[in-house]
Amino acid sequence: MSKVLMKGNEAICDAAIRAGCKAFFGYPITPQNEVPEYMAKKLADAGGVFVQAESETSAINMVYGAAAAGVRVMTSSSSPGIALKQEGISYLVGADLPCVIVSISRAGPGLGGILPGQGDYFQSTRGGGNGDYYLPVYAPFSIQEAMDLVFKAFDVADEYRTPVMILADGMLGQMMEPCEPIAKKPNITDHKWAANGQADKRDRNVVTSLSLKGEILEEMVERRFKTYEEIKTKETMVDNRVQDGDEVALVAYGTPSRIVLNAIEMLKEQGIKAGLIRPITLWPFPYADFQNLPSSVKNVVVCELSMGQMVEDVRLGVNGKLPVHFYGRTGGMIFEPEEIAEQVKKIVGGGK
Amino acid sequence: MAKVVYEKSRGLTDNPLSYCPGCTHGIIHKLVAESLVELDILERTIAIAPVGCSVLGYDYFNCDGVQASHGRAPAVATGIKRTNPDKIVFTYQGDGDLAAIGTAEIVHAAHRGENMTVFFVNNAIYGMTGGQMAPTTLIDMKTSTSPFGRQLEGTGQPILVSEMLSQIPSVYYIERVAAHDIPHLTKAKEAIKKALQNQVDGKGFSMVEILGTCPIGWAKTPADAMEFVKEKMLPYYPLGVYADKASNAGQGEVK
Amino acid sequence: MATATKIIFSGFGGQGVLTLGQVVADIALNQGKEVTWMPSYGAEMRGGTANCSVIISDSVIGSPIILRNIDILVAMNKPSIDKFLEKTSEDSKVFINSSIVTDPVEKAGAEVLAIDATNIAVSAGNARAANMVMMAGFLTKTGLFTIDELEQALTRRFAGKKELVDVNMKAVKQGLEALA
Repeated sequence: MSKVLMKGNEAICDAAIRAGCKAFFGYPITPQNEVPEYMAKKLADAGGVFVQAESETSAINMVYGAAAAGVRVMTSSSSPGIALKQEGISYLVGADLPCVIVSISRAGPGLGGILPGQGDYFQSTRGGGNGDYYLPVYAPFSIQEAMDLVFKAFDVADEYRTPVMILADGMLGQMMEPCEPIAKKPNITDHKWAANGQADKRDRNVVTSLSLKGEILEEMVERRFKTYEEIKTKETMVDNRVQDGDEVALVAYGTPSRIVLNAIEMLKEQGIKAGLIRPITLWPFPYADFQNLPSSVKNVVVCELSMGQMVEDVRLGVNGKLPVHFYGRTGGMIFEPEEIAEQVKKIVGGGK
Repeated sequence: MAKVVYEKSRGLTDNPLSYCPGCTHGIIHKLVAESLVELDILERTIAIAPVGCSVLGYDYFNCDGVQASHGRAPAVATGIKRTNPDKIVFTYQGDGDLAAIGTAEIVHAAHRGENMTVFFVNNAIYGMTGGQMAPTTLIDMKTSTSPFGRQLEGTGQPILVSEMLSQIPSVYYIERVAAHDIPHLTKAKEAIKKALQNQVDGKGFSMVEILGTCPIGWAKTPADAMEFVKEKMLPYYPLGVYADKASNAGQGEVK
Repeated sequence: MATATKIIFSGFGGQGVLTLGQVVADIALNQGKEVTWMPSYGAEMRGGTANCSVIISDSVIGSPIILRNIDILVAMNKPSIDKFLEKTSEDSKVFINSSIVTDPVEKAGAEVLAIDATNIAVSAGNARAANMVMMAGFLTKTGLFTIDELEQALTRRFAGKKELVDVNMKAVKQGLEALA
């Protein structure tokens, strides 16, 4: 398939439809409005259903219903809206239901602003809903990668029976760049557990997150955590460009990592060797890459559009072996490559 | 040889009900289950259980079941029904669920005219959590969070859900019935069956509000609780058809 | 660092600056180049000044945002000049819609080209095509693409609506005549 120019938000939908998404439930919020708009226009032609819900809470519960009935389903929102969806996300996890949640994040807290932000790292990777759980979180840095990861997210959600989140920022949602729509077929399986009204053909199915017996609930949660171990082993993704000889490892995810790449070029021109580590899955986090850095690396610098959230995972990964520094902007302000280069120079002891 | 004069509906499972003695949930479950069997739709039905006393409804209705978070059953039902339009989807919700935390979901499911059936059991109290005041609790009624009796000032009038929802143009059928004696149960069954038949016929949003009891929460004997429905609930919550597009009945024709 | 061309298109919402950027991005894509298009978005778009950034490069593009060293600025109104002129350099090209920006615009070293875009478009019978008149600046001053490539891009954009392609190409040609 030849390359086309597509907006990030639209590319996400294109990939979802190609992945067999048959239902979308959403609610307007900037900067993700192109997602429900695209689905409203195109999903019916692909044999799917679009409903604009009365709230994010309702939308995620519609997702829960469609997922319980065994349908590939997606919703999207932005930061305050994702906060509202947390109740439903916890229920989806508790009932082992697959779905894809797209979070096009903006600056917060509260109503915050509509400019890009990465203050939702904790919200995505540590939950915001109640209970013991994680969900796979993918953070694309280009439109092509957004397409690839959305397509993959549906398969991963089904395989492990878990909600999967795509975490991108307003920048990726709004920008356009060439991408190649996905041509392969999704791996759609029959869900024998689905409550879809076919009790004439099988035993009746019940979908619930409730268990009033402690020992049974404990067993359910422990089984889920075994699945998490499998996800960690098989699904962790990272773009690690740090090479032997690099003295600094720069860490960033999503579109801001593109700015960091520009900074790395600048540093190179000034004689400072730096490499990028870009976690693609934020959960599971690629801790191992931080335990196996080349011996030339003396400093780790984490850059986020937040006051520092992923930096906590980086510190866990580095585990005290090296100094971990942080540089971030927030409120929707975006760092420039020059700023980052400046920070790195300060840390390594001035330019050479 | 003994003759079978009565059998438990196969619309119910063999699980023992967890409801308190004298509570009307059991009998209302029976009416719903019988209706599913009589309409021959049991095997293609998905029941949505709410949060509240009937949270374990999926253990009792002998069909597919999905448990929903508090108040969201109509949204969950929407997700199922829209992706499985040929199946039968009903929600079974209490008044704490539907008339408080779930007002947005029920209003908008009704507003969209979702082709689903809602059974709304109104016993004027939060039962499972231990007898707290609900939006439907009657004025002067004592509950654990209105220990001196519900006051109009500060808590408002008890919500009249059937009256409110019947104002929505896309609603197809709403009727309020009661479960406190045999004649009323007979009428309740008719309404329940009709609300399901409407969905089979693709008519749209149907709801039956069923006035029930909560002897434990009300601190009454089961018999006194039935009496309370008759004496106190019926005057405030008039029975009758609030919307029926089949016969153009409306609020003016309350029986 | 790989050389990239950084272009800002800016003007009032409704002046077609986002479209202009998309057409240029589409041409770049069809030339086999790397390209990013990044709009301002949200409430800023409504009523205020809209803009988009287009970066064209032979190699992978890092950040899609242009914060300084604008190579080409297309300014359709005065606020665009106020916002972006200081971010151009002495090697920049600045195309101004002089129908609306009537004050003289100066930037040391930069090549400033005034195009009477709105008036030309109005006299051609289509005020909305003022954005396309600005394309004349690209064709005469940048060498980024040819008029044929532009016409092919418009043909892709307005698939099946030849009259729209014609209207826009007419505006482009009138812009070229005015600059000749």
